[in-house]
Amino acid sequence: MKQIVVLSGKGGTGKTTIAAALAHLASREMSIVLADADVDAANLELVLAPEVQESQDFVGGQVAVINPQTCIACGVCAEVCRFGAVVREENGYRVDRIPCEGCAACFYQCPANAISMENSVDGRWFQSRTRFGLLFHAHLIAARENSGKLVSLVKQRARLAALEDHSDLLIVDGPPGIGCPVIAAATGADLALLITEPTISGAHDLARILALTEHFRIQALVCINKADINPRRAKEVAHFCTERGVPLAGCLPYDMVVTEAMVHGVPVSEYTDGPVTQELIRIWQQVKDHVLVRSAETLSNGYIP
Amino acid sequence: MIITVASGKGGTGKTTVATSLALALQEHLAVQFLDCDVEDPNAHLYLRPTIQRREEVGVSLPVVDFALCDYCGRCAEVCAYHAIAVVGQKLLIFPELCHGCGSCILNCPQKAMHEEPRPVGIIEEGQAGPIAFAQGILNVGEPMATPVIRQLKKRLQECQPGVVSILDAPPGTACPVVESLRGADFALLVTEPTPFGLHDLRLAVEVARDTLGLPVGVVINRDGVGNTGVEDYCTAEGIPVLMRIPLDRRIAAPCSDGVPLVEAFPSYREHFQDLYNWIVRVQLG
Ligand code: SF4
Ligand code: SF4
Repeated sequence: MKQIVVLSGKGGTGKTTIAAALAHLASREMSIVLADADVDAANLELVLAPEVQESQDFVGGQVAVINPQTCIACGVCAEVCRFGAVVREENGYRVDRIPCEGCAACFYQCPANAISMENSVDGRWFQSRTRFGLLFHAHLIAARENSGKLVSLVKQRARLAALEDHSDLLIVDGPPGIGCPVIAAATGADLALLITEPTISGAHDLARILALTEHFRIQALVCINKADINPRRAKEVAHFCTERGVPLAGCLPYDMVVTEAMVHGVPVSEYTDGPVTQELIRIWQQVKDHVLVRSAETLSNGYIP
Repeated sequence: MIITVASGKGGTGKTTVATSLALALQEHLAVQFLDCDVEDPNAHLYLRPTIQRREEVGVSLPVVDFALCDYCGRCAEVCAYHAIAVVGQKLLIFPELCHGCGSCILNCPQKAMHEEPRPVGIIEEGQAGPIAFAQGILNVGEPMATPVIRQLKKRLQECQPGVVSILDAPPGTACPVVESLRGADFALLVTEPTPFGLHDLRLAVEVARDTLGLPVGVVINRDGVGNTGVEDYCTAEGIPVLMRIPLDRRIAAPCSDGVPLVEAFPSYREHFQDLYNWIVRVQLG
């Protein structure tokens, strides 16, 4: 089983649109499992019409809770808390659960044993059936911690299911940025498809995400979305890719049909077979060549990684 | 006045709106701009500040004095993030897991631990014309953005009359976004009129209005694509739509070259000033 992850230094570059199209195209030739690793803003479900089969609470960590009956209002907890989560009330102290990182420093220091650490249900994760394969996705309750942990959980479930069913490919739709959830989404990937746009920030974002995939030694391919909005910058991005030795998998044109497909709730490659889809097919071919064919070659050469 | 510009997801034009708002207000007000999208700070590409100061952001990392440590394992026991492991006569610290809470140090019976800062990013400060500019940059490979944002926010010129601070928040709705919104007077949410946009706007409203109790207003970018979902939602929720920016290649092209909206289309200057006046008048009395 191979694992690919779709990433972009910033959001809104069309990551989910492309991941959904890859899911559609890949599922026509092989068995796939999908994971939506953007647990902050899970969008894949909007175009895959998942049918939930199973769902479970996600306990991300703990939060401190002060028992007002036993609290002697000494303020030690507020002193040791580095996240500003302990707030003074009229006749005692209270923990604000939003900034609380569950470190338990206050729990250990409280001289009155007035603090308990309680499990915090921070979201839910789901296993769903889609017409392309199983989808693992999740919702993090807004403003809660630990999205990286939830991403790891979703991915772990997806991997287990893929191994169990002997699936050929796991496609992970990653979150934007380069922080903790992105690292969790990228871990273990055989290939990262990096989506960028021909904008002044596009090249900048691409360089940051590329530094991340290089840092974790993940092979990368680049796709320029809406390439014709600014052909000069698209050329610059292409040039940057050549310089860095990263293959350019394709350039998608800007086309309203992408939004139309989204409004209709289907992957764009299913909605139309126009130029966008033709390019997506080429990109899928490249992804396949890089992950599946190449690794088969190295295997036949007797190379053991 | 602190205005945080946020959006459930990225790519909605949040930075375009934030930078243009700052540029439109600079003529009449003292403006401060903080780019809190520390995983990917982009506002500098539009505001082109001269950076005058750089400062490292560190989180405290425990350091062990092995002459004092008797490997009792207490530090590992109290660490909620499993950042310390004690096995036999070995003690290991995993820096990426450490949140810098200091609990291990407080709990060590031998007083064998102290803290040293570990760099996780930098803060850059300077001027973009009259705008006081600052941004945080998270080091690549570092998982936690919040400490950098927290440090950046120490630069807020709070509560001075006539000063407006504009914060460009990161995408999403997790900890870094919450940190960028906490303490703001108003949350300006940028979205696009599509199902993805609506889905993410709902989440942004959940954080800004429902969790943090902030007044919110919406800017619809790429107006004209998609459907009326966002509009209907705002009407139903009583959330004001403060501005619409049409989908137009003539806007997309200069923006992609780093030309701020208000420079490419000066008429927007007035729209942004109106938007600000509305916030001051209606929301804050
Ligand atoms: S340390 Fe314990 S007793 Fe003291 S204020 Fe905090 S909760 Fe109350
Ligand atoms: S500082 Fe906090 S997180 Fe770091 S090792 Fe100590 S207890 Fe654990």
